[in-house]
Amino acid sequence: MNQPLFSVTNLSKKFGKTIACNDISFDLWPGEILGIVGESGSGKTTLLRSIAGLIKPDQATINYQHKNKTLNIDQMDEPELRHLQRTEWAFVHQHPRDGLRMNVSAGANIGERLMANGWRHYDDIRAEAIKWLEAVEIDAKRIDDLPRTFSGGMQQRLQIARNLVTNPRLIFMDEPTGGLDVSVQARLLDLLRGLVRDLGLSAIIVTHDLAVARLLSNRLMVMKDGQVIEHGLTDQVLEDPQAAYSQLLVSSILQV
Amino acid sequence: MSQSIISPAIISPATQIDPNYNFAYLNEQTKKMIRRALLKAIAIPGYQVPFAGREMPMPYGWGTGGVQITASILTPDDVLKVIDQGADDTTNAVSIRKFFQRTAGIATTLNTSTATVIQTRHRIPEQKLQQGQILVYQVPIPEPLRFLEPRETETRKMHAFEDYGLMHVKLYEDISQHGHIATTYAYPVMVEDRYVMDPSPIPKFDNPKMNNNPALQLFGAGREKRIYAIPPYTKVVSLDFEDHPFEIQAWDQPCEICGAGDSFLDEVIMDDQGTRMFVCSDSDYCQSRSEVQS
Repeated sequence: MNQPLFSVTNLSKKFGKTIACNDISFDLWPGEILGIVGESGSGKTTLLRSIAGLIKPDQATINYQHKNKTLNIDQMDEPELRHLQRTEWAFVHQHPRDGLRMNVSAGANIGERLMANGWRHYDDIRAEAIKWLEAVEIDAKRIDDLPRTFSGGMQQRLQIARNLVTNPRLIFMDEPTGGLDVSVQARLLDLLRGLVRDLGLSAIIVTHDLAVARLLSNRLMVMKDGQVIEHGLTDQVLEDPQAAYSQLLVSSILQV
Repeated sequence: MSQSIISPAIISPATQIDPNYNFAYLNEQTKKMIRRALLKAIAIPGYQVPFAGREMPMPYGWGTGGVQITASILTPDDVLKVIDQGADDTTNAVSIRKFFQRTAGIATTLNTSTATVIQTRHRIPEQKLQQGQILVYQVPIPEPLRFLEPRETETRKMHAFEDYGLMHVKLYEDISQHGHIATTYAYPVMVEDRYVMDPSPIPKFDNPKMNNNPALQLFGAGREKRIYAIPPYTKVVSLDFEDHPFEIQAWDQPCEICGAGDSFLDEVIMDDQGTRMFVCSDSDYCQSRSEVQS
């Protein structure tokens, strides 16, 4: 535990003249959940996609601890990176449609990562798929149904099951509760919190919803215009925001 | 089902080339380009090599890829056989055979063992092929991953990285929906433990014949402009699950004409009363067996 699991140093990404992420550095420790909050267009998603290896940052040093070895993610060959992405990492997209294969059944969606990792026994794959459907509270009878016959919340839970099936150590989530109604959000958050605790996962969660951040994350990073403007323990940042923008963000939570 | 007009052992001798065409229709530069692609394809078994496919005087889907390969490898001494769904006498086979008789003036045959080059659509002959023979397949869609992953950039990476989990997703779906692997043609294979390949729409009955075959197997997709190959004596394995192993089709009865119990059978409707008949799809195989018997 004396080394961070994942560390990012001096990450920058520009799209033309637009600076999406400017010189961002942070560490993630094993078992920790880091929340990244900020308004739309502040560079949260670009940051997440860059560190997860989905897009290439202009400049960055990204290190990941793997079996007592430090892997340099930004220098890594694509086949190695893909292997890491389908075994030890997971990425939950904001829209389930981006993260699921909509034209194959729920069981096949969950089984894909297993099959990509060499599972060749149909009954074993199916048993594992049923186990995970139950873990995310989807009726096992729906295993042969297409994801498009699922509700939005179920699709999101299916996407989470599909990602967790290989027991990843690190999970990236981009607005996992975006677009869901409040009661479904609450159940999904509950589920996520349980899974993360039980499996001892580390996670990086991008959200614009401070309630989600407060519920799930241990530490919080506040972003604005591609910069990290505040960084600290979740309670600390939310109770006693220092930067002017953080104060604005916290004060703009709707009080019902 | 017209069993018979010409005895299969007969070779139709070489004819006069139509003087308006270069030998085998294509110009020499094009043949050179295609031969280069073929060499690369043979060097990397199962890998799809892009090539600059030409317009051929036939519609896409009628074997423009196969015809371009055949045109590029033919020599004046070759004996050509063309089959379509196993038969020598269907429209596609007859017109391609005539095309090469006219433009290359070469000898043609219906007999599998006499032919040096066999162009085929959707079958591998029942008779074992020999070293020195070349089997040219017509391929509609060369990419086995296409129906699951529409992006070409992505499928090329998947091949490059041997990232083939998706292929089993398709077989998984088959079993979950039908209780068994329901893919019966274009059944995906792994070539030499490296590339997953679409064997073109041959029935899976023919898949085992590709393994360790002494003949050279070439695949041409004209519309998609891809060439791939299986060199002689190459390992070709059909994909499956441990608890749902690969199986070929089987019939309850033998061929009703020649009595063969080991060949791929076509179901033929005989009248409007529902009378049916099962006969060999390979017309040369069926006919040669019938002749031996009579």
